[in-house]
Amino acid sequence: MTAVSVTVNGETREADVASDTPLLWLLRDDFGLTGTKYGCGIAQCGACTVHLDGQPVRACTTTATQADGRRVDTVEGLANGEELHPLQAAWIAENVPQCGFCQSGQLMSAADLLARNPEPTDADIDAALASNLCRCGTYQRIRRAVHRAAQDMKEQG
Amino acid sequence: MSQGTESEHRFRVSRRNFLKAGAVAGGGLLLGLNLPVGGRMARAEEGATEGADFAPNAWIRITADDQVTVLVDRSEMGQGVMTALPMLIAEELEADWDRIATEFAPADEAYTNSLLGSQTTGGSTAIRNAWRPLREAGAAAREMLVAAAAQRWGVEFQACEASGQVVRHPASGRSATYGELAAAAAEREVPETVFLKDPKDYRLIGTPRDRLDAPAKVDGSARYGMDVQLDGLLTAQVVRCPVIGGRVRSFDAEQARQVPGVRQVVEIDAGVAVIADGFWPASKGREALSVEWDYGENADLTSIAIERRFREAADSGEAATARSEGDVESALSGAARTVEAEYEVPFLAHGCMEPMNCTARIADGVCEVWAPTQNQTATQEVAAKISGLPKEQVRVHTTFLGGGFGRRSHTDFVADAVACAKAAGAPVKVMWTREETTRHDHYRPATYNRLAAAIDEDGQVSGWRHRIVGPSIMGNIGMIGPEEPMDRTSVETAKEVPYGLASIHVDYVRTDTPVPLWWWRSVGHSQNDYIREAFFDEVAAAAGEDPFELRRRLLPEGDRNRRVLERAAREAGWGEPLPEGRARGIAVVHAFGSYCAEVAEVSVSDNNEVRVHRVHVAIDCGPAVNPEIIAEQMESGVAYGLSAALHEAVTVDRGQVEQGNFDDYRILRIDQMPEVHTHIVDSDQEPGGVGEPGTPPIAPAMVNAIRAITGEPVRRLPLTRAGYQPA
Repeated sequence: MTAVSVTVNGETREADVASDTPLLWLLRDDFGLTGTKYGCGIAQCGACTVHLDGQPVRACTTTATQADGRRVDTVEGLANGEELHPLQAAWIAENVPQCGFCQSGQLMSAADLLARNPEPTDADIDAALASNLCRCGTYQRIRRAVHRAAQDMKEQG
Repeated sequence: MSQGTESEHRFRVSRRNFLKAGAVAGGGLLLGLNLPVGGRMARAEEGATEGADFAPNAWIRITADDQVTVLVDRSEMGQGVMTALPMLIAEELEADWDRIATEFAPADEAYTNSLLGSQTTGGSTAIRNAWRPLREAGAAAREMLVAAAAQRWGVEFQACEASGQVVRHPASGRSATYGELAAAAAEREVPETVFLKDPKDYRLIGTPRDRLDAPAKVDGSARYGMDVQLDGLLTAQVVRCPVIGGRVRSFDAEQARQVPGVRQVVEIDAGVAVIADGFWPASKGREALSVEWDYGENADLTSIAIERRFREAADSGEAATARSEGDVESALSGAARTVEAEYEVPFLAHGCMEPMNCTARIADGVCEVWAPTQNQTATQEVAAKISGLPKEQVRVHTTFLGGGFGRRSHTDFVADAVACAKAAGAPVKVMWTREETTRHDHYRPATYNRLAAAIDEDGQVSGWRHRIVGPSIMGNIGMIGPEEPMDRTSVETAKEVPYGLASIHVDYVRTDTPVPLWWWRSVGHSQNDYIREAFFDEVAAAAGEDPFELRRRLLPEGDRNRRVLERAAREAGWGEPLPEGRARGIAVVHAFGSYCAEVAEVSVSDNNEVRVHRVHVAIDCGPAVNPEIIAEQMESGVAYGLSAALHEAVTVDRGQVEQGNFDDYRILRIDQMPEVHTHIVDSDQEPGGVGEPGTPPIAPAMVNAIRAITGEPVRRLPLTRAGYQPA
């Protein structure tokens, strides 16, 4: 067993886990942060996307020890307190989620996209989110919501 | 209801007169009620306060703090019931939509889906089943609240009005909130008849209300099955025999038990369960587990052999007639032109994004189950059977479902959880891996089809023959016996060709296989609408006719198929020129009480790469309760059907399903998603479903466009098996 210490959504948390434990299960089973989803376990679906030191990673194929001493941001930390992230507000306004299971991962990938590219085109969105699968087919609403959030962020400066 | 409107006028007529005059007096509907009175259950739920609750029926609870809670008795798997069902109640209840709260209902007979006979979400029935009862429930509750206010103030019932969760007596200016009236209303009899609003007075129904579940689904707080957390909760994984129908012969758990965090290794019906402190120790435990399997009689089963058997059965098997009108054989032998084709479709997996899972706890003579289930009745029954407890002692908590598509009306994952909880003497969450979710699914059947059509000298379609060969879902799951030759789901829509045909013969050669089968979004429509509508285009081409014009000509004026067909064609600009290498295809279906036509605009590149650029969907589903959710469901139906048509196939080799994860069972990505435009056709007909009807038309619409470009029909799905690649 290995002791890991991770700053999750701004709060430092610790656990003893097997050294090969994926970050996904550290978050879900040890920290009780269930917003990050298990969908495939092999970095194929994107449902477990989180940010590690600000970079998007698949938590199912990132180990807890790789995250040791680093910063992890999950969907639970996307809002700024009570204030929703513009992407979350746009997701609600565009009625994006259906079953909703993949949406945590979609949002975390989209947040990374907007951080890198504040005015993405449809092609940019498709490229950034091509590895985030949605079985309900919310894709065109995701595109619309990313554009809406980008616009809102621009207007808010 | 505001004062002075026509509906208000109706409301003021003496109720006694109303009872006599019925619908004639005010134009509203006078209805007899048979409401499940469910305050008992509603009170038992979490969050209920004691004393002052008003729970006149199984769906509504109003507390003294003026909170209106709707118990949602269908499972929310993305299709929007958590929003649309409360809209029906809130409309007639005159509740304040912005403050409405929802809970998932427990398992109880009060919630039986009258169209399916159990508490089930499926078959696109939620609105169809709820349309009358939920509006009646809301109206009855409102009348009881108004009556309570009238009594309190000593005024006439009809002198009062209700809106925004407040009852007012305009003449005196008095008012009381629903919360203030809850306790008094709870003392009143449930009325035997109620008035329902005239549709023109609706303020919620027919409006695009935002989804109530969206906020919880963007901040990580929505609780799916796999998110259930309980004190002392253990996690189990079950190792299942890779061969269909195989069993455990023996197992050696010594190594597995050494893995830190592994608590127990036990055999259950489904295989060998490794019960551990969490998902990862359970994974490590299963890796260390050694199981010897009895592969049984399917160890040599292959898809190639199954396909060969289907072809042989088409010639030699006994065919059960699904429909026979006119003399098809004469039409074919006397035809000026005949068209013949073979169509094949594969087994398909559901591919829910949330892998199968369930949580159970057995303690103090009560079995509690937290399940992402589409079928609370079956969940309760299975849990009772395995726990050994009476059904009344089984409490089902429905979570959000990370996709359903029919898969979650099965109870295999429930059985796993209850068996593990029983063995462990502790609460257990059973988690299936993605690979198990794919390899141990219950699949959409594969079929082989032979079709022939006759075109006479006048260019009329004089004969249509369709033989379907494939396994029976109903047979596979024991709903019909092994000797029963007909499964209505195998021939649905194939026999209901809507076009005027001089003769038709549709039959079915039931050819069972060991592959487990189940309902898959749109069931028989998912293959038969493709085959019927794609072959129809071949016939139109042979007759030298435009496929849209021929369909329209063979559908009577005013026919609902024709209305959606014409709408989709018009919106898509049917007949207008497109760039080289691009074409439109069209298809229409009548499914689950609704009519749905789609026009797909498709391109095929020089190296056979196919892209669907846009899809126009026209849907007639009767009253459109929430147009926004209907549009979502059309987008979703297109995505699901397109994904299958482009990529999906389950194959079997050495008795084992070959696909396991999203790398070999590919599903639609965002960069393959077409623009979908939904057009809702005004309709005063009975409600139809919207969860499934959008799925079946996309495959034929797409392949019909491909045929228009290449001249070659696509008779085998997915496209990758027909020589095409998704772009």
